Amino acid sequence: MSKFRTKGPIKKPKDTKRTLKRLLDYLLDYKLQLVLVVISIIVSSMAGVAGTYFLKPLINRYIIPAIGLRNPDLSGFIIMLLLMGAIYVLGALSTYTYNRLMINIAASTLYKVREELFTKMQKLPLRYYDSRTHGELMSHYTNDVDTLRHMMSQGVPQLISGLITVVGVFGMMLVLSPLLTLVVIGMIFIMMFTVAKIGKKTAAYFKRQQDELGKVNGYIEEMIEGQKVVKVFSHEEVVIRDFGKLNEKLRREATNANTFANILTPIMDNLSYVLYAIISALGAATVITGRSDIGTIAAFLQYTRMFAQPITHVSQLFNAIVNALAGAERIFNLIDEEEELDEGSVTLVNIEKNLEGDLIETDKCTGFWAWKRPKEEGGSEYIKLKGDVRFKGVTFSYDGVKTVLDDVSFYAKPGQKIALVGSTGAGKTTITNLINRFYDVGEGEITYDGIPIRDIKKADLRRSLAMVLQDTHLFSGSVMDNIRYGNLNATDEEVVEAAKLANAHYFISHLPEGYDTVLTADGTMLSQGQRQLLAIARAAVANPPVLILDEATSSIDTRTEALIEKGMDRLMEGRTVFIIAHRLSTVRNSDAILVLENGRIIERGNHDELIALEGKYYQLYTGLFELS
Amino acid sequence: MNKKLIPYLDKYKIYAIGAPIAVTIEVILEILIPYLMSKIIDVGIYNNDMNYVLKMGGLMLIMALLSLICGAVAGRFAAVAGMGFAKEVRQALFCKVQEFSSTNVDKYSTASLVTRLTTDITNTQNVLMMMLRMLVRAPVMLICATGIAIYINARLSLVFFAVIPFMAIALYFIMTRAFPRFQKMLKKYDALNSRVQENLIAIRVVKAYVREGYENEKFREAADNLRRTQMSAEKVVVATMPLMQFAMYGCMIAISWFGGNMIIRGSMLTGEFMSFISYVTQILISLMMVGMIYVNIVISKASISRIVEVLDEEIDIKDNDKGLDELKDASVVFDNVYFSYAKDKDNLTLKDINLKIEAGETVGIIGGTGSGKTTLVQLITRLYDVLSGRVLVGGKDVRDYSLKALRDSVSVVLQNNVLFSGTIKENLKWGKQDATDEEIIEACKAAQAHDFIMSFPDGYETYLEQGGVNLSGGQKQRICIARALLKNPKIIILDDSTSAVDTATDSKIREAFAKHLKDTTTIIIAQRIASVRDADKIIVMNEGKIDAIGTHEELLETNCIYREVYQSQQEGVA
Repeated sequence: MSKFRTKGPIKKPKDTKRTLKRLLDYLLDYKLQLVLVVISIIVSSMAGVAGTYFLKPLINRYIIPAIGLRNPDLSGFIIMLLLMGAIYVLGALSTYTYNRLMINIAASTLYKVREELFTKMQKLPLRYYDSRTHGELMSHYTNDVDTLRHMMSQGVPQLISGLITVVGVFGMMLVLSPLLTLVVIGMIFIMMFTVAKIGKKTAAYFKRQQDELGKVNGYIEEMIEGQKVVKVFSHEEVVIRDFGKLNEKLRREATNANTFANILTPIMDNLSYVLYAIISALGAATVITGRSDIGTIAAFLQYTRMFAQPITHVSQLFNAIVNALAGAERIFNLIDEEEELDEGSVTLVNIEKNLEGDLIETDKCTGFWAWKRPKEEGGSEYIKLKGDVRFKGVTFSYDGVKTVLDDVSFYAKPGQKIALVGSTGAGKTTITNLINRFYDVGEGEITYDGIPIRDIKKADLRRSLAMVLQDTHLFSGSVMDNIRYGNLNATDEEVVEAAKLANAHYFISHLPEGYDTVLTADGTMLSQGQRQLLAIARAAVANPPVLILDEATSSIDTRTEALIEKGMDRLMEGRTVFIIAHRLSTVRNSDAILVLENGRIIERGNHDELIALEGKYYQLYTGLFELS
Repeated sequence: MNKKLIPYLDKYKIYAIGAPIAVTIEVILEILIPYLMSKIIDVGIYNNDMNYVLKMGGLMLIMALLSLICGAVAGRFAAVAGMGFAKEVRQALFCKVQEFSSTNVDKYSTASLVTRLTTDITNTQNVLMMMLRMLVRAPVMLICATGIAIYINARLSLVFFAVIPFMAIALYFIMTRAFPRFQKMLKKYDALNSRVQENLIAIRVVKAYVREGYENEKFREAADNLRRTQMSAEKVVVATMPLMQFAMYGCMIAISWFGGNMIIRGSMLTGEFMSFISYVTQILISLMMVGMIYVNIVISKASISRIVEVLDEEIDIKDNDKGLDELKDASVVFDNVYFSYAKDKDNLTLKDINLKIEAGETVGIIGGTGSGKTTLVQLITRLYDVLSGRVLVGGKDVRDYSLKALRDSVSVVLQNNVLFSGTIKENLKWGKQDATDEEIIEACKAAQAHDFIMSFPDGYETYLEQGGVNLSGGQKQRICIARALLKNPKIIILDDSTSAVDTATDSKIREAFAKHLKDTTTIIIAQRIASVRDADKIIVMNEGKIDAIGTHEELLETNCIYREVYQSQQEGVA
């Protein structure tokens, strides 16, 4: 008995051979165990088939001849039963063996697949994530790995054992009675036809059910998430009516799909009873005409009952396995995706000055950093980490069609605060994306302390920058852990220090467990503003020379912002800062303000210069105060 | 299945009753077939009576076909009943959730509600379908097969009575031991999924802080936990199959031995012996099924109770059926209002709110994060109800109005506003279902949305994806404002709804409001002083209390919070 059933439409893998080979590669680590599994499956199914055959000699040789004898010799009978018992015990033990082994193999293989999948995902460029929804990527872990699990722990063993049983039973039937086997062949055709027919219908209807289910679930999600809007527009009735329509459509498709799924087993089961009936009558007729004997009929009838189930099963399993292979192929496609390129050779190292005043590399945590650039002639030179960032004629496009940045040049000297201003889509965030190499520039060049950032190892480049993003993301874990995400080596004191700097300390200490308060998924128990304070604290604890604040204070009201400004000022002190803000009040005291429009820098200068220019910045800025 | 859910089967009663009846007939027929076979052998062959053989064979064939039809009918009926039931429950749940107040929704979280309406219903429907067929099939089979075995040969049937309890106990042990392990596994599975999800959502943070290795480590831990719990759970169940084989094979051998001896001694016939062998399989398979059904029912129990929980949820805010259906005027009064999301006097979000807004006034609300601005305005439309005190609209307590009347007259543009998948026009029509194109365009012009909508190739017919993701934040806000305007409300509330709109457009929107909504009471929550400085009065909120009320000029002189905010936005301007 198995719970293994195909649900939903069958998606065929594109390259079955390759996918199978890849899967086998995973399994090859368990070569010995696998051989044992296959042997056990064969033994287990053959034992079931062979045991039944004993009915014939039992009846013919030991029971019927002994009828009416006063002192029948039962020793042959007993030996036969013992032999039968031995075969059965072997069969049951083999069943246990292969099932038990498969658990190990499946669980370990799945662990490996999951792990490779995840590790790989971490190496993929952001570009990969742009074009896919979270649901799509999640489904690799849920649907795809799950069907794979079913296929390995149940599907394949059952398929093999089913096939062997069908073949074995058929062979035994031929041995017992070729004449009756002819009838069986006829029935096999009918059964195969039925399975194919019903299977096809089931798959088609399940696809339609799945489509309707998708619509219904989508509607539910949208309306529950937008429930407040539904309420303030008193739209409940309309929404319920529309939902009712979708719901009824789903019911109709689901009823059809499940009808076909439900009737397959009873139909197949009862077809085997039809066969049983025919064989009973026909078999009896052959016995009466003397062409057969009761023992043969007994064994044959038992075989008739034995092979309906595997036929039903094999066809279902086959679909399920095809489905699982398609899932495996999707997983492998992801694992084969091109990784984020990193040809950089410049690394970030701790340095200290020796007696002559030269920079030398050290393992010690000195708090002083330098870029280590290998020289062509061997050895390497050290360039002190300062935080000087320059854009030289940078042109960039996400999709190769629409230019997002067009010939952008600017510089940020160490310790300078550079503000990027402009409307949505002007290219502000893109600039920051390029600095930390989430994306690589098309034309032009970006340098960091004079080194083209292409030459810097990505991990080291990013370690020298801290970002506070527009959408703050927190991880489930304590507040302490979340801040420490910026620097895993930070002590508790350093974390608290960073929180104080970001003005987050006050609200954290008012949380039920203070710094040990465990945040649920993405910190929904905190307000947007509080979450942003945590993100700022996280950047503070990372303590990098360059800081990127992408709308970091947009959800903090101006008064709170004023309160954290001091902390922010301290955070920004001595660092190169790129700041993107909608609210112009937050960028006023920048060393330079770049006004972007359609990917070009249209104005640059400090606040006073730009106001004096009376250009776009002036318009934006004064719009704030000139009401009518 | 829970009693609470049975009424939802009402419409499909015939099918729900028909399915088990059909299954019962099917089972009885299946049991009789081997019995007839034994007659063929013992009577037909014994007497060399070909006629009898053919007659019995024909009868068996008819019974098998009948049984096939019954099985198919049961399958169809179960599908109709199961899916119909799912539809009714889904509809009931959805209606219930529509009645939910925001407090009710907050209690469950939207994600959990969605799961209850989707996954939990699917689980329940599948279990019901299985119950309608299997739950009847297995016991009927067990009883009938054992009964006929006793009828044929009571002594030999003792073999079953030795094996059945043994199997039942063994299965019980396996299931009860496996179940908690599977639950543990499911928990680890959830944990793994949320790890992945978190990572996906925050992938930029992960990359920015170069935490790939750290994330891998955390994931590995989760994956390893899952692997271990999965193995420990499956290790238990894996014994079921071989155990079943042991029992079945043991029965066969025992029946062969005892039955064989009985035949030899003449107390049993060969055909009867053969039918016994056939019943072994039927009885043991049905026993296995009982075990499986038990597991499934237990698993579904969680889903069922989650559904019932929602259905039983007491609606926090009840509609007033006999409520007033018109507002006398558009004044708003807060009379000594206290409010707490947790309904806890010691955990107040709003304290001692006293406020009077005259009809047609424009009122601004300024205050820090968490000062209670949003909460305050949500009380006006009864998204939440006060803990104590009263909110009066048009001179009457909001609880005296029917919800529809109240909400139709008060338009709110929420802070986290939502657009639905559909065209822009469809979204706008939420405000007024029979709005003409002219009305729509007029509202959009006032909200400064018309120009950008027309810049899309499809204009007002532009299709919005779920959540309006293909629009910028400012564009979304402007459409939401237009939607609220179309309602032609007596009172309009803008909850920080122009935060993503640039300042120039923002001022144009306010201009349009001043022109078109002269008689409409307007409440504006804002971050920017500029958005509220022209209001008739400005309310300064601080930590759930009203700190001050006054005009821009008054507050600048008297209120230090207001002055601070103003200065923080003013600084550097000559």
